[in-house]
Amino acid sequence: MSNQTDAQQTPLLQVHDLRVEFSTSQGIATAINGVDLSVSAGQSLGILGESGSGKSVTARTIMGLLDTPPARVVGGQILLEGEDLLSLPSKVRRSLNGPRMAMVFQDALSALNPVHPVGRQIGELFRVHRGYSRAAAKRAAIELMDRVKIPAASSRVNDYPHQFSGGMRQRIVIAMALALDPQLLIADEPTTALDVTVQAQILALLKEQQVERNMGLVLITHDISVVREVTDHVAVMYAGRVVEQGPTAQVLSAPRHPYTRGLAESVASEELKGSRLPAIPGSPPDLLNLPMGCSFANRCWLATEECNGRVPTLTELGESRATACFHHEEVQPYAAHSR
Amino acid sequence: MMGYVLRRILQMIPVLLGATFIIYALTFLMPGDPISALTGERPLPEATVAQIRQAYHLDDPFLIQYGNYMLGVFRGDFGIDFFGRPVMGLILERLPATFALAMTAWVLKLFIGLIIGVYGGLRHGKAADHFALVFTVLFMGIPGFVIALGAQTYFGVHLGWVDPAGVRAGWPMAFILPALVMAIEAAAGLARLTRTSLVDVLRAEYLRTAKAKGLSDQRIIWGHALRNAMIPVVTYLGLSLAGMLGGAVIIEAIFNIPGIGGLMVSSINNKEGTIVVGIATMLVLVYLVFNLLVDLTYGLIDPRVRV
Amino acid sequence: MSTATNTVTPTEGAQAAARIPGKVKGGHHYWWLRLRFIISGSIVLLVILMAALPQIFTGFGPGPTENCDILNSNLPPSALHPFGMDVQGCDYYTNVIYGARASILVGIVVSLIAFAIAAAVGAIAGYFGGWIDAVISRLCDMAFGLPFILAAIVVLQLFGQRNVWTVIFALALFSWPGGVRFMRSSVLEVRNREYVQAARLLGASNSRIIRKHIVPNAITPLLVLQTLGVGGMISAEAGLTFIGIGLTPPAVSWGLQLAAARDYIDAAPHLLIFPAVFLTITVLGFVLFGEAMRDEFDPKGK
Repeated sequence: MSNQTDAQQTPLLQVHDLRVEFSTSQGIATAINGVDLSVSAGQSLGILGESGSGKSVTARTIMGLLDTPPARVVGGQILLEGEDLLSLPSKVRRSLNGPRMAMVFQDALSALNPVHPVGRQIGELFRVHRGYSRAAAKRAAIELMDRVKIPAASSRVNDYPHQFSGGMRQRIVIAMALALDPQLLIADEPTTALDVTVQAQILALLKEQQVERNMGLVLITHDISVVREVTDHVAVMYAGRVVEQGPTAQVLSAPRHPYTRGLAESVASEELKGSRLPAIPGSPPDLLNLPMGCSFANRCWLATEECNGRVPTLTELGESRATACFHHEEVQPYAAHSR
Repeated sequence: MMGYVLRRILQMIPVLLGATFIIYALTFLMPGDPISALTGERPLPEATVAQIRQAYHLDDPFLIQYGNYMLGVFRGDFGIDFFGRPVMGLILERLPATFALAMTAWVLKLFIGLIIGVYGGLRHGKAADHFALVFTVLFMGIPGFVIALGAQTYFGVHLGWVDPAGVRAGWPMAFILPALVMAIEAAAGLARLTRTSLVDVLRAEYLRTAKAKGLSDQRIIWGHALRNAMIPVVTYLGLSLAGMLGGAVIIEAIFNIPGIGGLMVSSINNKEGTIVVGIATMLVLVYLVFNLLVDLTYGLIDPRVRV
Repeated sequence: MSTATNTVTPTEGAQAAARIPGKVKGGHHYWWLRLRFIISGSIVLLVILMAALPQIFTGFGPGPTENCDILNSNLPPSALHPFGMDVQGCDYYTNVIYGARASILVGIVVSLIAFAIAAAVGAIAGYFGGWIDAVISRLCDMAFGLPFILAAIVVLQLFGQRNVWTVIFALALFSWPGGVRFMRSSVLEVRNREYVQAARLLGASNSRIIRKHIVPNAITPLLVLQTLGVGGMISAEAGLTFIGIGLTPPAVSWGLQLAAARDYIDAAPHLLIFPAVFLTITVLGFVLFGEAMRDEFDPKGK
């Protein structure tokens, strides 16, 4: 374990060169292909990317929730306060879930067990990790439900998940994640399944709790506006790699990777015209058969011979920004949006 | 809750009436004059025949006969047979043996089916699972009475472990072999259902949540997975108990167990319609009661259908 | 019977398994699926051929009740008579081969009738809904109230002499409710799809919509279910015949042969073994074939 000074310097979570493969009937798919991330206490990191970019797999790998097989972690490190999670025995690693790190899922209805009352599902964390009595666990559950602003918590503690609305269910899932005061909270598309008005409330709740508890927050989403609203830093993922990262405001207003710029532009034009996203032309590469060079080259207007020849690595641009593009200087800043 | 039970009981009534009507109509439209079957070769005097016909309401219109019969059933009176014995008594005399057989078989099936199903489900895709699957296909494929014949010949006649004929040994000894035969065949279906259900549940998102909560695998399986996996299984189990009462007929005939099945077959041969209808009515009633119990249990394990 | 989605018939296990979404496809190896299909398909083809043209298998020799000599009663298998002789001194091999016809006919025809009734009635109930659906569903409940085997027994005892068609009638009479419910629920899934609504908006008649859009899109699960049921029906016929309530002589069937063999278990075990093996392989073949079909056309379309 690290001493006091180290703890201040060592980020809460560091991911180094993480690689995950899935074996499918058609062959080996590379879901994550060398991901580097870093989150400090009190910091919130957004992971932005479209489906299949590896963002959810990254989250699950950190939490140790991958189904193995078919998934396999083939390389890299996941350091929680300097301790490599991948080298821990699986039981020890499992026991960190809850007290040290926790996760909020996309679809609260399927994330909650339909046959147990919600109070029992929240209280279970206290019973298993802290050895609370049944009654004490229930009291703790009610208190938590209050904290996440579920009205009439003490009378609803024995209700079942299907008796709550979508927003309330997501609050219950958040309550479960916050129960043991984890240092790190990973939220995987926490608002995708919700109505727009409820989305804002849930995001506000997450943000508030993160600041209050000085947690590290990893927020996974495909929605730029969510990233912009909640996170300090953002990592943009494409085809299993981080292609750009840095402070959220800077990355979104002055992207240094054509993919990020494409994303920013598509959102901006949606705001302007109220029409559907003019998606970036082309489609992401086949994960079973990744190209030799840059994965984005086939959709990129800046691509050259070099891009097809070798993979651009994530390089520092100074002031905590980094991009994985040979032509990052040619990417035009995008100033069309207000915030 | 009471209202729900009451509503379900009311819903049962048309089903009971319909099912018994089908049986009643089929039985009493059966060819052959029951009175001539009763008297054998020697013809009875006209007057006596008329008297008997009147005593058994054989001259009333069919619907009236049926109505009278059902009125009796609701009072617990299943009519009398041609020797004047109450049918209810005859059935009650035979019912214990059939119940003992069906229940023993059901309990055995429960254990065999659940153990194989849960084991296969937890190990799904592995060798043990494939083995269990082959086993279940085999026993679903082999007709039950062939297994029964084989078991009777081998364990009864060759090894002499059990009395191949009759129930002189009493419960449980005399019932183990026939019950086991019924159980093995039925357990295959249960095992598969349990396995598939468990495999589905193991993929569920809420089990991922349970892992994210840091629960041990043991706790995840026993506390979260099994109860959800049991939801379809409970329905099946309840209904299959009633089905086993029906299936017991053939097994009873093979192992010479003096139960409902034997009574049914002999009544058919003697054209004792009241007994046939009585048995069918009784079994329909049992089936409906089990159905109701299943529905109520279902609410206990799945809060989503609770009322 | 709101939650009673399962039926209790001889095929109860198969039906229940067919109803569960998320088939085990991923759990199996491809070669095993392939092997199962080839083996079960060959068995099914072989026994159907045996039922249709038993002469091929007996070398166009004498029929089952010809050339019998009571002096040869119960002789064990020999080079000339590979399955031995039966009680009447007839060639047992010929008898067992001819026995296939009753089983196959009952299994396939009953399943076809159940399939046809279930497809039509289930489509009507699911498509029209309302009181039509309510009436049909209650009728199914009533038919379900009777244990299948008991209902068949009650019908069979109406007839003194019972041939294959009597047995088919008795089994078919109560074989459809499971299929109707099954079909009804798949029609309910299809009914509100966009192409159906489009057809309705274009002014297609109800019968045209049912025939052209509903049935073709909802029929596969039912087809699989009834294929799985063939083995169960064969098994039910043999069982009923065995206890003396199914086929009666002079019919030739495995059930009758097994019933006759019971009295000579010690003296002539070959009488028991051969029809039992044929029956078992046939039922097993159909069950495996049904499962192969289900995995091929997974009813839930996974």
